[in-house]
Parts: sequence; structure tokens; C-alpha cells
Amino acid sequence: MPQEPKLAPTLGELLQERGVSRRAFLKYASYLSAVMALPAGSATALAEGLANARRQSVIWLSFQECTGCTESLTRSFSPTLESLIFDLISLDYHHTLQAASGEAAEKAREAAMAENKGKYVVVVDGAVPTKDGGLYSTIAGVSNLDMLKATAKDALAVIAVGTCAAFGGIPKARPNPTGAAAIDEIITDKPIINIPGCPPIPEAMAGVVSYLVSFGKLPELDHLRRPKAFFGETIHDRCYRRPFYERGLFAEGFDDAGARQGWCLYKVGCKGPVTYNACATLKWNGGVSFPIQSGHGCLGCSEPDFWDQGGFYRPLSTNLREMGPALAGAALAGAALGAGAAWASRRHQESYQRDQSAAEGDKK
Amino acid sequence: MTLLEFARGPALQVAMIIFVLGATWRFFGALLLPWRLVPAEPRKGAPSPIAAAFKGVVVKMWPHKPFQKAGMFTFVNGYILHFGLAIVVFLFAPHILFIKGLTGLSWPALPSNLVYTVGVITMASLVAGLVHRLRSPVLRLISRFDDYLSWLLTLLPVLTGLLAAAHLGARYETLLAVHILSICAFLIWFPFGKLMHAFMFVFSRAMTGVRMGQRGAEL
Ligand code: SF4
Repeated sequence: MPQEPKLAPTLGELLQERGVSRRAFLKYASYLSAVMALPAGSATALAEGLANARRQSVIWLSFQECTGCTESLTRSFSPTLESLIFDLISLDYHHTLQAASGEAAEKAREAAMAENKGKYVVVVDGAVPTKDGGLYSTIAGVSNLDMLKATAKDALAVIAVGTCAAFGGIPKARPNPTGAAAIDEIITDKPIINIPGCPPIPEAMAGVVSYLVSFGKLPELDHLRRPKAFFGETIHDRCYRRPFYERGLFAEGFDDAGARQGWCLYKVGCKGPVTYNACATLKWNGGVSFPIQSGHGCLGCSEPDFWDQGGFYRPLSTNLREMGPALAGAALAGAALGAGAAWASRRHQESYQRDQSAAEGDKK
Repeated sequence: MTLLEFARGPALQVAMIIFVLGATWRFFGALLLPWRLVPAEPRKGAPSPIAAAFKGVVVKMWPHKPFQKAGMFTFVNGYILHFGLAIVVFLFAPHILFIKGLTGLSWPALPSNLVYTVGVITMASLVAGLVHRLRSPVLRLISRFDDYLSWLLTLLPVLTGLLAAAHLGARYETLLAVHILSICAFLIWFPFGKLMHAFMFVFSRAMTGVRMGQRGAEL
């Protein structure tokens, strides 16, 4: 009798093996569904889905990046979340976290791709240089551009983690010498989820992977492909300094009386009003704080081109381009045009008056 | 480039250049014309040109007795509109920051909530002004395209500013971009239509005062 192929254990089985109680697991599922604002009753469905899910094969590609995104996820202050991510997924390839290196690592990636064709998820952090055939960043002699295309070809979905992968981020900042591009500018035929942030909030990553694994579909995304559960509201919408904004009480610097009293940071460049992210609600380091609470305005790091918005300390309502010389030139040109028009008009009047006097003289 | 980047960047830059160029052009073009258009000698006992000019400016700030009943709405509504606009434009913190970015000048702001309230009153006054204009056959007759366009381009920044403040109708960054673009449209039209009265009204009233004074006419 032929032997049944042995299926990988489900996540529920894995957690049971590690002594995680069903109660703790349900609690975690409720937390996640609350964080993702899922409809009532979804916590059980999420828990069921997660418990029955087999480990999801994940290939994690790191391109033009600083490893901050991986650091943010792995050093998250929430050990349950962190371990859940890694329990949920079978991380078949990750530069920073895998033991293998060089040829062996590349072989592991290729093997995972062949074994899980059409079922694996590609996670990317970092932008992709596209200029000059993508030669500005290569791994084992393969350009990031080629590696991304080849790896994404048979993927189930692609998750772009961090602003560099989602929108090009810092590598794409002007003058963008390497022609850095976001993942969705290159991969256009696969479902893509963007989880931007510099770095992104760990809960967003855990939430999206859990959702993907348990419900087998993408969570609801906004027009920039960000999960609405985490990127549905602006920082300003949920900022605890908002009452000061409404009352017109602003810190003028980082060490003045206003700053010490916790007033709004709009005048010192806060980009919270146009930044969609969950920092103000989920916060960082296990809910300890977030930039605005620590006294610095929001940089807008989960928005496209946040590096090129005229400066982190430039208030949002100011113009982006230098105008002084252009306006001085316009004023001079305008004054010259006006003087010219007045002069022409004076000449016209004088000649009219001369004609009138001449006509009167003729009559006489 | 996002819509907001476009609005804060090239759109605002071009609009400001057109505004400054057009306004200085019209301003100097008018001011450098001959001031004494009437060659006749002033009447005996005519006030000095300075006094007449001053009177011309001040007297027109309130309707003459015979016209008080008919003109009261226009005056009161006009004051509400203009003071409202001045408060919204010059006393809202983000606006002051914009001006500071351009000129380096700044002054204290009013609480945002108060400015929003003034914005609503200003908008109501703009709408009331239009209704009054449309209901009066005489005003309708003398209204031109310029009047309606100037009205619309004044209303739009107030309306979009209020929508942005209330986060109503679209995402905030879109509303903010549309608000800035509506200001760009306002700035571009400003020097070429009746909006230019903001700079010229003092001079035109003064000139009327001088001319009338020269002829001995009571203003
Ligand atoms: S600190 Fe920033 S996000 Fe908070 S209220 Fe002020 S402008 Fe909005």
C-alpha cells in the first residue's frame, strides 16, 4: 500500500507542541482582529484559520535597504507576535536570518520556489535599482531586478515591507542615482500588499501574514495597496496632541515652553495630517511611545516620497519650492511692464492733446 | 509626483509668479499714469488734494443717508465678508506659516476652531452676496463674467479650506491639495479681474475724492 505523503504540521499542532494553550491563542487572535478592526466574530474565524493553516512558505528578498525593517520585526517587544510570524511561516530564504550563505542560500531559494510553486509568498524589503540594467545591486551575481522578476513569477502574492519596497523610499529620493523603483512598478501581474513605514509597525506585518494565511485572501487595501486596517487613518486623526492643534497652541521649537507642555508639533514640521499609519494607536516598543509622544513631529515615513517633501522641519502648509528670486524677478518685470504701459499711455494722451490743439488752431 | 506635491510645488510657484507679475504690472501701470486728468484749474475754496483724497477714501466706507436703506445689506455683508476673509487668511496658523515661509514675517494666530467658525460665516456671506446680486435686476444687469468668476474663485478656497479642516468628502491630502490649487486659481486671476480692487480701492477712491474736490462737489 502506497504511503500517504506526510503533511507539514498545522500551526495549531505546532503551538500545542510548544505548550501554547488554546486560551492564549484565542486571546492573541482576538487581539489581532481588534488591531485590524475586523468585524465582530472574526476573532474565532481568525483563530480557526490560523490553527488549521500549514506553514506558509516565504521567500524574503532584501534589496536596496538598511535592514531596519527586519530589525524592527525581529526585535519587536512583543515576543508572541514575533514568534507567531516565524511559526506561521517557513522562512525559506532571508539574508539576515538564514544560516546558509552564498551558493547554498541561493539553492535554498530555488528549491523553495520549485517545491511551493504558485503557493509561496515573496516578502521584499528594499527598493530595486533599475538604471543600467539594475547593476547597482546584485546578489550572487544576479541583479535585484532579475531576482525579483524570477522569484515573483510563481508566487502567490508579494508583500512589500517598508517604504523602500512599497514606494522606493530613501534609495528613490532625489536625484535617485540608481533608478530605484518600488516593487509594484516592476511586478504588475501579482497581488501586492504594501506595508510601508521606515520601518513598518511589526503588528502590521504580523496582522497581514495572519490574515493571508487564515483567510486565504488579501486584506482590504487602500489606493496605495496598504492594508486599511493599519493605514486607514492619519496620525493626526488619532494624535493625542490634536486638541492643541484645534486650539492653535503650537510648539515653536523642540525646547520651548510649548514643546515642554506637549503642544502640537505642526509648526516644527509634523507631517501627521497627511500620513496614514497606526503609530498613534499601536505605538512602538510594546506600546510605550511613538515619535510625536517622544517630542518629534511625524516624518511621514509611510507615504510615498517622504524624503522629498521639502524638509522634515518645514511645516506642511508651506510651499515646496524656493520662490524668493523668482518672485523678486516677477516683481521687477511687472513694475517694468507697468511703467512701460503707463509711458505708452502718456504718449498717446499727449499726441491726442496735440492733435486736439492743432484741430482747434485750424478752426480758428 | 502626488497631487499635493504638485500643488505645493510647481502649481504654487507658477501661480505666485503670475500673481506678483500681474499685480505689479497693473499697480504701476495705473499709478504712473498722469494724476491730474482734468486740466481745469481747481474751483475756489476747493479742499487740498490730500484732504480730498482722504475724504474720498473715508466717506465711501459707509452709505450716504439717502441710500442707507437700499445699500445697508451690501455694506454690512461686505464688511462681514471682508473681515471674515482677512481673519481666515491672515490669522490661521497654517496660513501664517505659509506667509512666514515666503516673507519671514509672522504674528500670533487665532485658535483654529474660531477660524473655522469665521470661515463658515464668510462663506455664508459670500453666498448671501451672490443671492442678493442675482435677485436685484439692476445688479444683475451690471454684473459681468468677471464678477461671477471673482466670486467663485474667492468662494472655492474658503469652501475647500473648510472641507479640509473638517476632513469631509475626500482624503485629507487630496482636500489640502485641492485647497492649494484653488488658491492658485485665485492668485492667477487676481491681477486681471476685479479681485485687484484689494490693492487698488484706496487709490481709486482717493482719485475720485481729488477730482470731485477739484470741482467743488460734495462727496
Ligand atoms: S503633533 Fe502632528 S499629528 Fe499631532 S496634532 Fe499636531 S500636527 Fe497633528
